[in-house]
Parts: sequence; C-alpha cells; structure tokens
Amino acid sequence: MGVAADSQFHVLAVDDSLIDRKLIERLLKISSFQVTTVDSGSKALEFLGWRHDEDGERKHSSNQTSVEVNLVITDYCMPGMTGYDLLKKMKECSYLKNIPVVIMSSENVQSRITRCLEEGAEEFFLKPVRLTDVNKLKPHMIMMMKNKNHFQENQEHDFKVEQSDSDLIRLPTEEQSLQQHNSNNNNNKRKSMDDGLPLDRARPRYNGALTVLSN
Amino acid sequence: MLGLSVERLRADMNRLLALLFHQGVLDEQFLQLQQLQDESSPNFVSEVVNIYFHESEKLLRNLRALLVDKEFSDYKKMGTHLNQFMGSSSSIGAQRIRNVCVAFRAASDQNNRPGCIRALELLEYEYCYLKNKLHELFQIEQQRILAATVRYPMQQQHHQQQQQQQQPNNP
Repeated sequence: MGVAADSQFHVLAVDDSLIDRKLIERLLKISSFQVTTVDSGSKALEFLGWRHDEDGERKHSSNQTSVEVNLVITDYCMPGMTGYDLLKKMKECSYLKNIPVVIMSSENVQSRITRCLEEGAEEFFLKPVRLTDVNKLKPHMIMMMKNKNHFQENQEHDFKVEQSDSDLIRLPTEEQSLQQHNSNNNNNKRKSMDDGLPLDRARPRYNGALTVLSN
Repeated sequence: MLGLSVERLRADMNRLLALLFHQGVLDEQFLQLQQLQDESSPNFVSEVVNIYFHESEKLLRNLRALLVDKEFSDYKKMGTHLNQFMGSSSSIGAQRIRNVCVAFRAASDQNNRPGCIRALELLEYEYCYLKNKLHELFQIEQQRILAATVRYPMQQQHHQQQQQQQQPNNP
C-alpha cells in the first residue's frame, strides 16, 4: 500500500497458454508486482532488449531501449523456444544473466527440474501455480538488487582509490565509465526499492580492499 | 423479501459448488480462482472460464476432426492438443476433464484409435456437463448480485410511498 509505481518490482511472465498467462498475471498483480506477459521465448528476449549478435555491455548500453525487468517467470513447454532454451540464452548473455529466472511446468519430471536448476533457474514451480509460490519470488529480486548495488559501489570505490594511489595508476576503461554512468542512474532509481538495508553494511569490504591496496 | 432471496441464492450457489466438488468435477484449483477475484478484478473467474470454454471447444473440434479420418495416424498432433487441454483444465480446476485427458493420452500413446474415440466421446460428455453446471453457477451469482444491489433502491421507494400516504391525513 502506498508504493510508488516506479519502485515496484517488474516481472516478465512467459507462457503460450492464454489461460495460464491470465492466471500468472493475476497472481503477480495481487502480490503488488508490475507485470508484462508475452506468449513466447523469442518475444521475451525481444522485450529484454536482447540482440542476436550481442557480445557485451558496450553494445547494450548504447542501445538501451529495453525496460528494466527484475525477474522472468516462464513456462517450460512452449513451441519453438522452450523455457529451458530461454533460460540458457539469458545466462549466456552478459547483461541478462543476472536477472533471476523461474521455470513453471505442469509435469513433475525430476530430470527436467534438475536440468533447469543446474542451468541457473532460481525456482521450479509445478502448475497450477499458487499464491504461496509467487510469495517466494520477492527474495530473489531483492537479492539481485543488493548484488547489483554492491557491485556498482565496489566499482566506484576502486575507481577513486586508484586515482589517489600513485603506485597503482590504472585509469578506468571507457567501458567501465559508461557502465558506471548507466548503473549510477539505475542506482538512484533502485534506492527506493531497496528494502531499507543500510548501504554502509557493505563498507567493511571496502576498508578491506583499501588496506590491501595501500600496502 | 429481497433480503431473503440473496441468502437463498448464496445457499444455492454453495450447494451447487459442494455437489461439483463431491463429484470430482471441480477441485481445489477452482477455489484458488475464486480467491483471485476481488473488487479490482470482479469478473476474474467468469473471464478465465469463458476463455477456457472457447479454447476447449476448438480443441474438441480439432480432436474430432483428427479421429473422424479412418486413415488417421498423427498421434503426435493429437498428443499436443491433449497436452494443451490437460494444462488448461488443470489450471481452472476441471479435475474430471483432466483425468479423461490423461486416459485419452494413454490410448493415443498406444496408437489405439478405438480407445481414442471412446475417450473423445467421454471427454465431450464431461465437457458438456461442466459447461452446463458452470453456466448455472454464474447465473445464480448474477441473480445474487442483482438482488443485493436492487435491495436498497426498493427500500427507498417503499419509504417514499409511506410518506405520500401520510400527507392527506394532515389537516
């Protein structure tokens, strides 16, 4: 209640069944998530801003027209690209691999479940999906944001340290400063989403790094 | 008078639902659907069920078209239709239909055409039964909503009539 629209988590749901799309959309909306649904893996990749010849962050940051997605939940059995194929493509992509992926399936096949989890899926839900399943999603999205913030701050700090220490002059590459610029923008937006965890919890790590560098 | 009918309609609905659960026609997933319906999405259940009816009829037509052909051999295609039917039935809680699909798929996996035809006939019967019962359920629900909303304007009218009757008696 009272959550501003831009601080809601955004979930991309992928399913070729219209009924299941309606269901998952309702489940997600009731849980206060922003939802986008698509009916295929290829449309999901399109929405995520995936380019066929993608090779790294440099290309993505210059073409950034895609919307921020905090989690992808996909059906396993789909014609064309399966949920597993989608998962694999996302993990192979440098800027999509950190988005948590959850697989849904109507069939309880152990080898399938194992395969998906090994490939990096966070959860595997058996259909029909329930509210109790959807309640498990938030922690994964929060963890992703924390890791993102932590990684960004590490980068910023290393940059400052390197500048002041004459023994270790290492200018950031153009790639790094571009990435910082973009992630700083995201960082400001994301702070409102962070679950109130004070950022200085991450500080002790910086101190550790500082002492190492100053030796 | 109208107040009583709201309660009676609610009882009718619950009785029908209880019957359908008892018969195994519907399962717990249907209750989940009802729980997802609220003021922000007041017609959720009927929307989803209507999509289900639309899709199911298409699937049943496809299955029948496949089996009518004596030279039929595309069991793989039939399996695809059945998987879809199973999935959507499971998603709305249509338990008996889903179970018939499972048996149907088993016959299909064995390339057993007569078995498939029998399963299809049973599927069509179960589907008809479910559709009729759910329509009945939605009708009762509609009447209940109507009875509940009409109640207040009727009370106002009655009050106005009483006031008009009193006036001529005043000197």
